[in-house]
Amino acid sequence: MFRNSYDNDSITYSPTGRLFQVEYALEAIKQGSASVGLVSKTHAVVVALKRSAEELGSYQKKIIRIDDHLGIALAGLAPDARVLSNFMRQQAMSSRMIYNRPIPISRVVSAIGDKAQRNTQTYGRRPYGVGLLVAGFDETGPHLFEFQPSGTVLEYFGAAIGARSQSARTYLERNFDQFPEASLEDLVLHGLRALRDTLAQDKELLAQNTSIGIVGLDTKFTLYDNDDVRGWLEKLGNVGSTRGRRPPEEREPEATEDAPVTDAPPPEETDTVEPIETDA
Amino acid sequence: MDHMPENWGRPRSEIYGVYNSAIHNAGPATHTQQPSITGTSVIALKYNKGVMLAADNLASYGSLARFTDQERLIKVGKETVVGISGDVSDMQYIELLLERLIIEDNYEQDGHNLRAPHIYEYLSRVMYNRRSKVDPLWNAILVAGKKDDGSPFLAYVDLLGVTYTSPSIATGFGAYLAVPLLRKIASDDGDEKNITEEQARAAIDECMKVLFYRDARSLDKYSVATVTTDGEVTIEQNVRCKDMSWRFAEHIHGYGTQKM
Repeated sequence: MFRNSYDNDSITYSPTGRLFQVEYALEAIKQGSASVGLVSKTHAVVVALKRSAEELGSYQKKIIRIDDHLGIALAGLAPDARVLSNFMRQQAMSSRMIYNRPIPISRVVSAIGDKAQRNTQTYGRRPYGVGLLVAGFDETGPHLFEFQPSGTVLEYFGAAIGARSQSARTYLERNFDQFPEASLEDLVLHGLRALRDTLAQDKELLAQNTSIGIVGLDTKFTLYDNDDVRGWLEKLGNVGSTRGRRPPEEREPEATEDAPVTDAPPPEETDTVEPIETDA
Repeated sequence: MDHMPENWGRPRSEIYGVYNSAIHNAGPATHTQQPSITGTSVIALKYNKGVMLAADNLASYGSLARFTDQERLIKVGKETVVGISGDVSDMQYIELLLERLIIEDNYEQDGHNLRAPHIYEYLSRVMYNRRSKVDPLWNAILVAGKKDDGSPFLAYVDLLGVTYTSPSIATGFGAYLAVPLLRKIASDDGDEKNITEEQARAAIDECMKVLFYRDARSLDKYSVATVTTDGEVTIEQNVRCKDMSWRFAEHIHGYGTQKM
């Protein structure tokens, strides 16, 4: 309605004090498939649901290793995540080269936060269209940070971003008091359960579409994909979505029917009009 | 045959102007200096509870003992001491760099702070990069503190970008006179476990006395810094060499055969 006249560029406020371009960037994140992160006293874990555009295509990489002690999970515009992850790697390398120390997690996320904020205050530039969950381990222990296009960076015990992430967040909120003392195995299983709750109806967690990243005191950041996640999925047991089978009051609103512009190219146009599911 | 390279392949001077001989006489751009005001040795050794350093308070202008109140041991951050010998203006520049480094490091207040190994790596990069531009900071630096595992840390970096670490190190004349004395108690890694603070201090005082005897650009007034593995830094100033024997000088006149 009225909001359209104040959303032409990133540097214009609306009369109610909002920056619409930044809010639209947050919408781009919601189009991407889910990523979940959680932290215990000893480890930080990220798990992500990979999406593929078509049956014969590869699955979009969702977790990126930045350094031995640090990695990210993304949701949203994957190319923007690539640019930010390259920048983070430069920062991490620089810290090791100049100071001979692994970069503190809070410092690297401040650096990308400042970088993102610049794009919300410069004419002609657009905000980054990706949200990141930054999982790392430094001198002050394991950390999980959520990065948003606005430049906001907050630390969390557990977080989820992307499509249907509210279901994951609900699981995390119900169980987070078990996280600090959890073993690594239990922590990963909690993450997978939260991720499972973001699945669309009749979908399941498979070796091809599930990605796990783990970092801890004596554990360098390790990425598990494809065959390496089978073990975890077996431990999980039930890998199928519970959507559509839950009592009505617990069901969250269905994803929008807009074509995704994010980590998968939009599905092809078809002659018949049918709802376009974002998790095809 | 024309033997002048300036003329080879040249068009005629009447049309294009006379050859600019600055081109022929030019060499590479060079910035290597000579140091002007200098500090002499810095000496240090590890002991069972940390590291001890000493450096005298003299800033020499060649053979003139120009300033006798120059402090050359710097506390950096909470738990690190840096001792600098060589050119004093470059030392002051390094002090400035370190001050700025610590200020920036403290912006975040996030529980992460630069410690000795980090400051050492930073200084090594600065020194090596300056040498690679052939514009060195004319200094030799000792960095002392503690490592991430809590054990004492002591390392050296100089104007050439040379780096090394050892339980006992000294710069300048100290490398020749003090290191053999320090190595009597601290020569191999691990020796520091058996050295008490008193023994370390005795060794330091002895070395500073020997340096005053033999280093012609030294002073008998010096500072002693102690960095413990508990993270305490103390710098004792205005320490003087004690119990020196100058009796041999009583009967010396001049420099060689002079009798009066």
